[in-house]
Amino acid sequence: MNYFLTEEQQMIKDLAAKIAAEKISPLTAKYDEEGIFPHEIVKALGEADLFRVFIPEEYEGLGGGVFEMALVVEELSRVCGGIALAYAASGLGTIPIILFGSDEQKKKYLPRLASGETLAAFALTEAGAGSDASAIRTTAKKDGDSYVITGTKQWITNGGEAEIYTVIALTDPDRGARGSSAIIVERDTPGFTFGKKEDKMGIRASATRELIFDECRVPAGQLLGKEGMGFLVAMKTFDQSRPGVAAQAVGIAQGALDKAVAYSNERKQFGKPISSFQGLQFMLADMATQVEAARALTYQVARNVDAGEKNLAGISAMAKVMASDTAMKVTTDAVQVFGGYGYMREYPVEKMMRDAKITQIYEGTNQIQREVIAMNLIKEQIRGKK
Amino acid sequence: MSDSRMEQPLNLRLAVCIKQVPDTTNIRINPETNTLMREGVASIINPFDMYALEEALRLKERYGGTVTVISMGPPQAEAALRDALSFGPDKAVLLSDRAFAGADTLATSLTLSAALKKLGPFDVILAGKQAMDGDTGQVGPGIAENLGIPHVTEIRRIEAIAEDRRITVQRLLEDGYVRLRAALPVLLTVVKEINEPRLPSLRGKMNAKKAEIPRWTAEELGLKPEETGLNGSPTQVMKIFTPPKPEGGKLFKGEVKESVATLLSELTGAGILLGKGRGGAR
Repeated sequence: MNYFLTEEQQMIKDLAAKIAAEKISPLTAKYDEEGIFPHEIVKALGEADLFRVFIPEEYEGLGGGVFEMALVVEELSRVCGGIALAYAASGLGTIPIILFGSDEQKKKYLPRLASGETLAAFALTEAGAGSDASAIRTTAKKDGDSYVITGTKQWITNGGEAEIYTVIALTDPDRGARGSSAIIVERDTPGFTFGKKEDKMGIRASATRELIFDECRVPAGQLLGKEGMGFLVAMKTFDQSRPGVAAQAVGIAQGALDKAVAYSNERKQFGKPISSFQGLQFMLADMATQVEAARALTYQVARNVDAGEKNLAGISAMAKVMASDTAMKVTTDAVQVFGGYGYMREYPVEKMMRDAKITQIYEGTNQIQREVIAMNLIKEQIRGKK
Repeated sequence: MSDSRMEQPLNLRLAVCIKQVPDTTNIRINPETNTLMREGVASIINPFDMYALEEALRLKERYGGTVTVISMGPPQAEAALRDALSFGPDKAVLLSDRAFAGADTLATSLTLSAALKKLGPFDVILAGKQAMDGDTGQVGPGIAENLGIPHVTEIRRIEAIAEDRRITVQRLLEDGYVRLRAALPVLLTVVKEINEPRLPSLRGKMNAKKAEIPRWTAEELGLKPEETGLNGSPTQVMKIFTPPKPEGGKLFKGEVKESVATLLSELTGAGILLGKGRGGAR
């Protein structure tokens, strides 16, 4: 379907697809199996200016937004959802600086992130605080002109690889969620170390790690926005980053669909290609329809974000839910199309199925997303009545 | 970026000659005229020329200077030059004129030489070892002859350019390579082993989109009508054909000793080899 991309957007998409085909594709299986972080791909994406696409021009970006980021994430994910995540997670870590950074903070960090020489990460989740993000325990105590951070963050994508972390911590523990703040922490800050590297089911080329803060002292100037705005920063960031997760899911699904269609034309049973059987045709038709619908929603939500629409939480959640559920379904069906071969590591679709699963879980489980969508519906109805 | 990699500043004037060719995955030949059917086939930069361009950009990074890309072709060859510009050369010029049409390697190298004289002088002129469509490998050396400069073909590595402006290169041979040294200016044609071409960057693509690419005609190059295009081409293509696929064939499987014995007896039986008893070689 034609999404009427601008010439520049088409260029971005084509270049991301070229890198995916030429650079990522040969590494996908090995990096998945061995859990290798794709440093050379990050470098290639940087050299191609792809980290610049969602960063404002005054900070050495190319002035695009979430839509441009989504185009890149989709194309990379079509080939490897795990390798794509190094890029997407840096986007997630960059968004709070774009949204809430002071001019000084933006000047300090965005040009480095735009060039791709440095990656970013976002740190909210803790062992006891997943869907209930307000249960975080990490604290940031004001001490003179610094914050002293103590606590452990869990499952942080790009953990250890990124140099710039936006960390949500409690500056006023008595006030709970309202007492949280967002603070930028650089990797080499004393008191900041990395713990366990997770061994995951999918997205295995992505680094997922614990961040350990032990009286880590950062200058007070590293605070994003104001004290107490931590949850606002997190929520506004997720409103903008969820189309990115949706794009990752769309890419994984499209990649699986491509493989399934190609395989069904090659594989012969009963003397004919299996694509000539209606039972299989119907599956392919449903897969294609679902992928296109997920893409259409994802793109439109990304365009809403970039157009500065106010109430994003509901639609952003819709894109994430729809695309990730689609990715899970389509990749599972792709394995089915491949039959026994699909279940084997030697063939590419079982990895896609493993990669797809996380998109239903992270950046807010799909259950939490549905709650957000429902809350918006209910609130709007009540508001309408008044 | 170039500063950090600079070995020594020599301010090289570099030129790259490129050709737009049909994407090789889709080549079709018109069976009646024996010419390439270009309609509906995507065009790309001749892949060998991409290595030449990459090497020119690397020389610029190593020694400083400027990179100019030229191409002779129909007006649509401008797309190939724009593509080339997205990788970062400084300038591109298209040589396009109806009078250039149907040029063989002699007329092509003369036309390119005229442009290089007008744009130059250059220290190093690079080209691919041959074009994927014509496969002649003659245009590069032809240019060098016209310009009266040395040339080395099939370069697999440029080792260095010394302060005395002598270049050391490795020329690929079937069973190894030979190291050669030449004084600048020089023309080099490159093989694919020489490098891995970079990907374009978005900024490069955007700049390339806006870049002005001058188009020069025969008149602007001071070339006479009898020197260019079909008129300037002594080569006449009589026929281009795909060699017929060999048919049949027999595979001798199993133990090597046995299959060799079977092969020999069959060859002898067919009268291709002389058998022992019939006075053949022992």
